[in-house]
Amino acid sequence: MMSVLRKSAGSAIALAMALSLGAGIAEAKETVKVAFIGPLTGGVSANGIGGRNSADLAVQLRNADPKAKYEYEMVTLDDECKPNVGVQVATKAAADKNIIGGVTHYCSAVAIGAVDIYHKFNLPVIVWAAVLPDITYGNKHKEVHRVNGTMINQNDVAADFMEGLGYKNWVIIHDTTDYGKGHNKYFSEALKKKGGKILATFGVTSEQQDFTAELTKAKALNPDVIYFGGLTPIGVRIRSQMEKLGFAAEFQGTSGIMSDAFIAGLGPLAEGTVAFREGAPIDKLPGGKFFVEKYNEQGYGESPEAYGPFAFAAMNLLIDSIEDVGPDRKKVRKVLNKTKNRDSIVGTISFDDHGQNTVAAITKYVVQDGKWVVWEDSEYVSGKRKLPGMM
Amino acid sequence: MDVGLLGQFVANGMMLGMMYALVAVGFTLFFGVLDVIKFSHGDVLMVGTFAGFSTYLGLSAMGIDNAFVQLIGVLVVAVCSMAFLGAVIARYLVLPLKSAPPLNILLITLMLGTVLREAVRLFYPDGSNPKPFPYLLPTDTWPFGSFTLRADSVILLLGGLLVIVGVHVLINKTKMGLAMRAVAQDEETAKCMGINFTMIVLLTFALGSGVAAFAGVMNGLYYNEINFSMGLLLGVIGFSAAIIGGLGNIYGAILGGFLFAALQTVGAVALPFSSAYKDVFAFSVVIALMVWRPTGLIAEKSSERV
Repeated sequence: MMSVLRKSAGSAIALAMALSLGAGIAEAKETVKVAFIGPLTGGVSANGIGGRNSADLAVQLRNADPKAKYEYEMVTLDDECKPNVGVQVATKAAADKNIIGGVTHYCSAVAIGAVDIYHKFNLPVIVWAAVLPDITYGNKHKEVHRVNGTMINQNDVAADFMEGLGYKNWVIIHDTTDYGKGHNKYFSEALKKKGGKILATFGVTSEQQDFTAELTKAKALNPDVIYFGGLTPIGVRIRSQMEKLGFAAEFQGTSGIMSDAFIAGLGPLAEGTVAFREGAPIDKLPGGKFFVEKYNEQGYGESPEAYGPFAFAAMNLLIDSIEDVGPDRKKVRKVLNKTKNRDSIVGTISFDDHGQNTVAAITKYVVQDGKWVVWEDSEYVSGKRKLPGMM
Repeated sequence: MDVGLLGQFVANGMMLGMMYALVAVGFTLFFGVLDVIKFSHGDVLMVGTFAGFSTYLGLSAMGIDNAFVQLIGVLVVAVCSMAFLGAVIARYLVLPLKSAPPLNILLITLMLGTVLREAVRLFYPDGSNPKPFPYLLPTDTWPFGSFTLRADSVILLLGGLLVIVGVHVLINKTKMGLAMRAVAQDEETAKCMGINFTMIVLLTFALGSGVAAFAGVMNGLYYNEINFSMGLLLGVIGFSAAIIGGLGNIYGAILGGFLFAALQTVGAVALPFSSAYKDVFAFSVVIALMVWRPTGLIAEKSSERV
């Protein structure tokens, strides 16, 4: 219901804009549907809603552009970050012949389940946030593309960076979804190459509330760092329960905990947490200022969160392709596959054979005074502050 | 494994067990008086915790920042509001269906639980994200080697114990408790003896829900983090604990709660496989126990119900 309201309100605004410009209304444009799929309810919904708003922004801006050949309508679907629900909504989007393409999925566990469906129905999609490598590299589906980097890059940088700070021993806690398991696998591999030692690995369920048993066991091993591969809600729990047990190791997360909600959930305890993410922060992106301005103009109630700019870039890329070749799934797919050196607000986008964006810079972040700060800009670099156990 | 570490595991397990036991007591109370299973119990707990959390925010906004006053405020509001909610649920959802098949009540409360959960997620400001529950208890710690004793854990355990003793006294030593036991044993006869049946049912639901709210606040104070789905697993575990203990028996529920916590701790610590399987392990043992003793570890004395 909400999405219907939003959509009609959106097209009303677009119409009003077109009217006031006095252009593009002489002949009615053909309406083209595009899909957005992300988690709009549930524990990670803050990220999904931020992505939804950002993708919506791309559509609104295009509809307000008198030069656009088509009128775009965004169909928003909620995958709840649950694979079973994700498969349902992916099928729903793919089976609707009026939907030409999609910007899909924040959660890796959902995306990996949905890619086969997009392939089967020939629906070209661009993944906007899920980082599991197999989403693009685990198949040969020409329909699947991804603007953000994978967890392989992320964990290579993470291992290299942490090793460089002088840490030696890790305990890994990961959730047992594809997302958490992937992080565990790639971080362990990257760490082994660098010579870091993993003292123990714990798999935990994504619904788990109590981690005191795992953490007590981990504490006895006396690691320098707790590596956590998983999403914000249990990241918050693990970090706060470490404190309860008087466990003073450094807390290292992944892109999955990089949200404002992580800091809001922990308060001062979040200080010193490190995490890694593809791309650069909004204000350092080539089109970051433009994005933030336009985003604020639309008056969305929620923040775009970390991956909003990727959703925006993905939607823009999809719409560009439709503008080029018209609303035809196969043609759009072909044109997307050929994307090379294309400028976007998240930097240049070039897809390799698997539809994976090859330009994937990783940025290191640390929580400082209740904010995710780029490591190089933080007071930790200058030595003014120190992470637990940092040399 | 050294003694300190073992002590830490036991302390962690005790905390968990206390929370499970408090939830299980509610299930067993409801089943005792009315033979119903109220599946919204875990979500009532969650709503109670959020009510307490809102009270804290309200008190802070009013400028009252004495932790003790805040704690009392949080507890009173959470427990009283959930006692009221419990009574309302009993009055308008459970009692009208009393003569319907028990499955209907189970289903209706299951749906109510979803409604409560989704309502908090959608209507509580930023409800889908975890919230930091405040530290309202002293945070002193005493390290003994690898064992860290925390003042707040000790207070919470004592608080939980006090509530359990309170419920015990209420049921066994007061007139109201006598009436509850009478209703539990034989509704018709109790009515003939002049016991206000409806009132007793409402009071029982209020009691059970109030205890759940206490467990919720305890959960919040212990983990310092609350979220809209915290009641879901707690509800299932509390229910299982009540079942293995022997549904309808308070001591069984308490025993069940601690047993379940012990199983989870053993599952996470002592078994060779990944700790993600600790719930699988704990629930498997519950299944085995139920096959071995279908009426629970401490079976009800009156077996005429069969």
